[in-house]
Amino acid sequence: MITVEFLYRLMGILTGTAAVINLRDMAHPSRYANAAFWGLWSVSFLFGSALPDLANGILILAMVAVASLRGVKASGGEQQTLAERSASAAKFGNTLFIPALAIPAVTLFANVTLGKITIGGVALVDPKQVTLVALGLATILSLLLGLVLLRPPLRAPFVEARRLLDSVGWAAMLPQLLAALGAVFAAAGVGTVVSTLAAGWIPDGAPLLSVAAYTVGMALLTMLMGNAFAAFPVMTLGIAVPLLVTQLHGDPTIIAAIGMLSGFCGTLMTPMAANFNLVPVALLELPDRYAVIRVQWPTALLLLATNTALMYFFAFPH
Amino acid sequence: MLVLSGLLVVVLGFAFRVNPLLVVTVAGLVTGLAGGLGFARTLGTLGHAFTDSRYVAIVWLVLPVIGLLERAGLKERAREMVLRMQSATAGRVLLAYLALRQVTAALGLVSLGGHPQMVRPLVAPMAEGAAERDTGGLDEETRHEIRAHAAAVDNIGVFFGEDVFIAIGSILLIKGVLEQVGIRVLPTQLAMWAIPTAIAAFVVHGARLLLLDRRLARRAGSVA
Repeated sequence: MITVEFLYRLMGILTGTAAVINLRDMAHPSRYANAAFWGLWSVSFLFGSALPDLANGILILAMVAVASLRGVKASGGEQQTLAERSASAAKFGNTLFIPALAIPAVTLFANVTLGKITIGGVALVDPKQVTLVALGLATILSLLLGLVLLRPPLRAPFVEARRLLDSVGWAAMLPQLLAALGAVFAAAGVGTVVSTLAAGWIPDGAPLLSVAAYTVGMALLTMLMGNAFAAFPVMTLGIAVPLLVTQLHGDPTIIAAIGMLSGFCGTLMTPMAANFNLVPVALLELPDRYAVIRVQWPTALLLLATNTALMYFFAFPH
Repeated sequence: MLVLSGLLVVVLGFAFRVNPLLVVTVAGLVTGLAGGLGFARTLGTLGHAFTDSRYVAIVWLVLPVIGLLERAGLKERAREMVLRMQSATAGRVLLAYLALRQVTAALGLVSLGGHPQMVRPLVAPMAEGAAERDTGGLDEETRHEIRAHAAAVDNIGVFFGEDVFIAIGSILLIKGVLEQVGIRVLPTQLAMWAIPTAIAAFVVHGARLLLLDRRLARRAGSVA
């Protein structure tokens, strides 16, 4: 059975080769720091499942120490010059789009088919992990397609992956670390404390105020937790159900649907949602860490106001 | 109350632009300690959760193929393609991608997008290319603004498209949470009530993209 552990091996190889290439790159301004960072992450991917929890915790501390003391810096830039790339673009033409578009196409196809394949009664892929395995499979197939169509030197995928990893830097690991923080928050009971606080603080009576308390509360808590899914149970069971549904007789379907979307408005405005807001900053090589949030917040606030109005006008008997 | 100190660390850390990895790690440690776990168990909990969350990093497996395609000139090709479309402007390219992302997400095809696989190699170079042609060269600041918009369009498109699909995680979560307190709701109804906000998102953000075009044109005019 193919599980996500197989994909962790691949990630281990990817980060491991990035570490080795960095270590051998004499021209790199921070070859040792980069090699240490990707090397430690590689250990986590390859052996994390077998290591004791405390050792995995120490790996995190070591990576964070390297990243915050020495930094993970971009390597010397592209190896091909602009002229070479333009010539290559002219040579291959639209063939270049085929592997790129194969990634979503194969992911979609694998998503609907992988779960149904069994060999000798055993599922080929762990049913709970179909989405992830589909994505992993799509990246492998599109890479093979790229190698066949473009015939680059065989080391090119590794060299290029190292270039991209270096340019994303420590931000590559942030979403995973934030997911871990969410789990620690949950274990320590942060959500329960927040919902108790919120419930005691809301004034009862005015419907518009109560609606706004829920929609704005969803956005704010999402901003703090980095994730609307973590905020939703807390705010919905703490505010929406007792206040909007039970007391004011609102329609729970409309309230909950729009409540979740109000949380998404919060996601657009917080660095805690790193995979959406900080990782693209690194990927697109933007100098301002909050550049994407800066573009998103006006839309997010307008939609939050829209959501509040929609809920107020449609969810209650007037 | 004390367990909330981790949230305080997060707010202060991000406000003062401390390295986010450091902020998040300290927040985790502080939360665990405040919850009475002790240092070793806190670090163990964090390590365990980190290892369990490795699936979040799987998206980076696309880097070898994206890097390979960039090496072969994918960005340049995407740029060139947009240059041949006379009516394509930066705002319109992004508007088209917003529509595509929202509609496909509403059909449940959320994997048809993403920053590493779509925005960096395709959407951003196309928007930049169009703006460059229309304004005759971009300064760094404008180039960065267009790139940030390209990233934002991907987020806004998927967030306000996916809930229109009935089998997406958030719809199932809503259903599950309400069932805990004995309220039954139908996924189809939940998905239907995501449509007004989806339309509002397209109108609001689409308008902002067209305003971006006007701003780019004005900026070019004042330079010329």
